[in-house]
Amino acid sequence: MNPELPPGLALQKVDERIMTLNVGPQHPGSGHMRIIVQIDGDFIVACDPDPGYVHRGEEKMAEYRNYITNIPHLERPVIHDSCNVLYPYVLGVEEILGIEVPERAKYIRVIASELNRCIYTMYWLAIYGIFLGHSTMFMWPAGDRELLIDLMEKMTGARVTHAHFVPGGVRNDLPPNFEDVCLRQVNYFEKRIKEYAAIFYDNPILIARTKDTGILSRQDAIRLGTTGSVLRASGVDYDLRKKEPYDVYEELDVHTNVMKEGDSYARSKVPWLDMLESCAIIRQALQKMPKSGSVRVKLKPNPKGKGLDSVYKRVESGRGSLGCYIVSDAKPEPYRVKMSVGSFRNLIALPYLLKGEKLGNMPSVYWSLNYWPVEADR
Amino acid sequence: MSSDSENEQIETTSDVEPASKATPPAKEIELPKFEKGIADKITEKFGSKTKVAFVKPDRVRIDVGRDDIKEVAEFLRDVLNFDHAESVSGVDYPQDKEIEVVYHLGSYTDPSLSRQILVLTTRAQREENPIPGNDSTKLPSLREIFYSVEFHEREIFEMFGVYFQGHPDNRRLLLPEDWADLPPLRKDFAIKGR
Repeated sequence: MNPELPPGLALQKVDERIMTLNVGPQHPGSGHMRIIVQIDGDFIVACDPDPGYVHRGEEKMAEYRNYITNIPHLERPVIHDSCNVLYPYVLGVEEILGIEVPERAKYIRVIASELNRCIYTMYWLAIYGIFLGHSTMFMWPAGDRELLIDLMEKMTGARVTHAHFVPGGVRNDLPPNFEDVCLRQVNYFEKRIKEYAAIFYDNPILIARTKDTGILSRQDAIRLGTTGSVLRASGVDYDLRKKEPYDVYEELDVHTNVMKEGDSYARSKVPWLDMLESCAIIRQALQKMPKSGSVRVKLKPNPKGKGLDSVYKRVESGRGSLGCYIVSDAKPEPYRVKMSVGSFRNLIALPYLLKGEKLGNMPSVYWSLNYWPVEADR
Repeated sequence: MSSDSENEQIETTSDVEPASKATPPAKEIELPKFEKGIADKITEKFGSKTKVAFVKPDRVRIDVGRDDIKEVAEFLRDVLNFDHAESVSGVDYPQDKEIEVVYHLGSYTDPSLSRQILVLTTRAQREENPIPGNDSTKLPSLREIFYSVEFHEREIFEMFGVYFQGHPDNRRLLLPEDWADLPPLRKDFAIKGR
């Protein structure tokens, strides 16, 4: 009496050799994304990343709000790096509206974005540590990160989501005595992160797990259009702070960290070297910053673009180049805002890197891509 | 204070403008040389097939018809050394009945181009009632030329309904699997309550 079972109940013959494994979206090892891997024994034969579980439609929302009210929600993709996420948008709006930013505001922006880069990288490093089973490496960065978060709180009033950058400068001037506190904290922070080398980067267990896994050659890194630490770990000397300096990076001495190996180890070490570089940049910026002056150009209410125009601005964020394409018409709202984010661009490398890798190496390769699921989904 | 100085600036510029109005060629000299060179090379090769939309510092924008885009992209990669796509965006123009796809191309290998972004745009026909993948909203895929556009083009397909012919993997990327509404970044898809 039951001639045909519903499709879900009918038994299917499955391939005995290749197994499909869903990692995520609830798996703690994947962040808010799913990686569908096919494994033959212990080896990955195919991988299909499936992002989109935290897609919030930032770009659509931006079309309904004016240039200023877009600020708080556009920084949400990476709350730890909110200054850098907002940076290209603010630069783009400034070009559309034709605003010149005061010198002191430019320095404050550089300091804020470098602090944010460290805060983000520390968070990423903590996660990278815990997924390699190194719980000290979770505790230390998560604790030392507080130093800089306190600094950002002093500067902007908020611990994460600062909404500090506005077209025309920064929202508020620095609090009194900030320079001294900042210098002290950053010097101590630098001393602290140098200690990470002994416990983490020179650790034979980490080296055994990450050296020579997931090698991305220089040629492939370029061809796949990867960016940021992934690109620099594969031997391409490309950092927008140096190659296309924005604001006052031209006047600062920025050193680019490049490693040639292109393996997980190099990809995990480059962001750490970048943090040391950030400390040096902050010190320079504190020294060169004008001691007083305006930090913000007053805008007219509801600023508008002049006509159909488009700008593409990019900055170097914690995860690589972050571009913002803004199409404006003569309305107070942007016609279209597109964020081209480093995480999304680096994700394309994941299937290439995981193929032929052992399943146990998946976390080390995946997290070494400096990937932030929320940013990729926007 | 600052708003006052702004007004002053605007006034001074408006005072100067009538005097310099008689010299329009002065504007052409302002065009950045290097970027102009890139634009000239492209127009020299393709002539009327391409249209140089603007030349700004570090940014050159080229508008191309959908039939010529592959040829132009190959030229950009092989001769002008642009080796990857930074970003691919769609822009919906319902009044023109077209959807614009904008490729931002950059170069890692050529040091002279490291500041440059070449903006390559093309337009696809737009339909009022889209059936993504099964209507006339189609463009040739640039995936064969720039590998880096693979995920970006998938995103454009789901967000705007532009099908990329020749793309090996035209699946959904960010949207849920059971999404059955309009492609959400089209202008006629409205956010609730707005």
